[in-house]
Amino acid sequence: MKTVLVVDDSRIVRKVARRILEGLGFAVDEAENGAEALAFCRSKLPDGILLDWNMPVMNGIEFLYALRAEFGRDEPRVVFCTTESELESIARAVEGGANEYIMKPFDAEIIESKFSQVGLL
Amino acid sequence: MLWGSGDSMNAASFSALAEFLQNRSGIVLTPDKMYLVETRLAPLMRREGCADLNALVAKVKSALSGPIADEVVELMTTNETLFFRDGKPFEHLRNEVLPRLAAARGPRGTIRVWSAACSTGQEPYSVAMTAKEIAPALGGCRVEILATDLSRDVLRRAAAGRFSQFEVQRGLPIALLMKYFQKDGSEWVLKEDVRSMVSFREWNLLHPPTPLGRFDVVLVRNVLIYFDAPTKARVLDNIAAVLAKDGVLYLGGAETVLGVSTRFVPVDGARSAYALA
Repeated sequence: MKTVLVVDDSRIVRKVARRILEGLGFAVDEAENGAEALAFCRSKLPDGILLDWNMPVMNGIEFLYALRAEFGRDEPRVVFCTTESELESIARAVEGGANEYIMKPFDAEIIESKFSQVGLL
Repeated sequence: MLWGSGDSMNAASFSALAEFLQNRSGIVLTPDKMYLVETRLAPLMRREGCADLNALVAKVKSALSGPIADEVVELMTTNETLFFRDGKPFEHLRNEVLPRLAAARGPRGTIRVWSAACSTGQEPYSVAMTAKEIAPALGGCRVEILATDLSRDVLRRAAAGRFSQFEVQRGLPIALLMKYFQKDGSEWVLKEDVRSMVSFREWNLLHPPTPLGRFDVVLVRNVLIYFDAPTKARVLDNIAAVLAKDGVLYLGGAETVLGVSTRFVPVDGARSAYALA
């Protein structure tokens, strides 16, 4: 079973994302910010990460750059999931190594579409 | 009342609506689609001040070619769509069909594509972006896309090339969004070089398409499922008449020509793709 780490400081978003991803057949773990997510990845690298941008302690873009510096650009697949919807933000995330990008709000169909595009479905 | 909801219609009205829709659009309305009728026509019923859906159908019957009848057809035939729907046909176009046709037509040639039930435009624009992505492999051969639909309303939306944030996230890879769209407020607008590859025209699939010219690729996906067997055969015969000898027809994932028409045969190794027999 493929694994996805949901990184978001909102408990509600994590809960909704978990339900959708589990429905798609993923085993889901959660982290509340980038620092927690990085610690998680050091112990067990997931197949995919659903990543919020604006979080306390370490935000999504800082986490992404740290993740790619440590583990390379290929794995895990990272899907940003954020309210940041300007082209500049999207470009910054893609340059930093995000494989796909979701602009909130999202639904099950968008999650499925994006995880399929990054090759996890 | 047959279906128990306050807005439901009686059996006579349902039959009349079904007959009207089949004559106008070829769509077969079976009783299990009652929820669809209620959902789509209730707002029009209220706007027109009709007491119930029976009264709305009576209005349609009294002026079969009037504006309300047109609106009913539009509401009942507008289908949800997404960019690069089903994926495979676009991979097949990109990897095999467009390069092969470009080689055959030459650097000054044109590949003509018909998106025959284009709805809000995601399909023809997906073809346009596919062609843009492999432009060097096409060696100067132009790709020209005609997008048609029965509904004027969706054609207007499609031609504008404007999509909501929700729409651009369904099927469209982020790299293509960044490359071919510009953000305008809360909407995303296709750049002119993609939009200009597609022209739009109102067209009823039941009519012989000869006036539209010949095509190298025809996409008529997720439309035949709404037609009965004789109508499916008629539409496929019409398409066969305008498809180039080396052209390709794409149907929806749940559709087939087998048992419906002898004019087409499946293309080896490509799902939903058909060539002339």
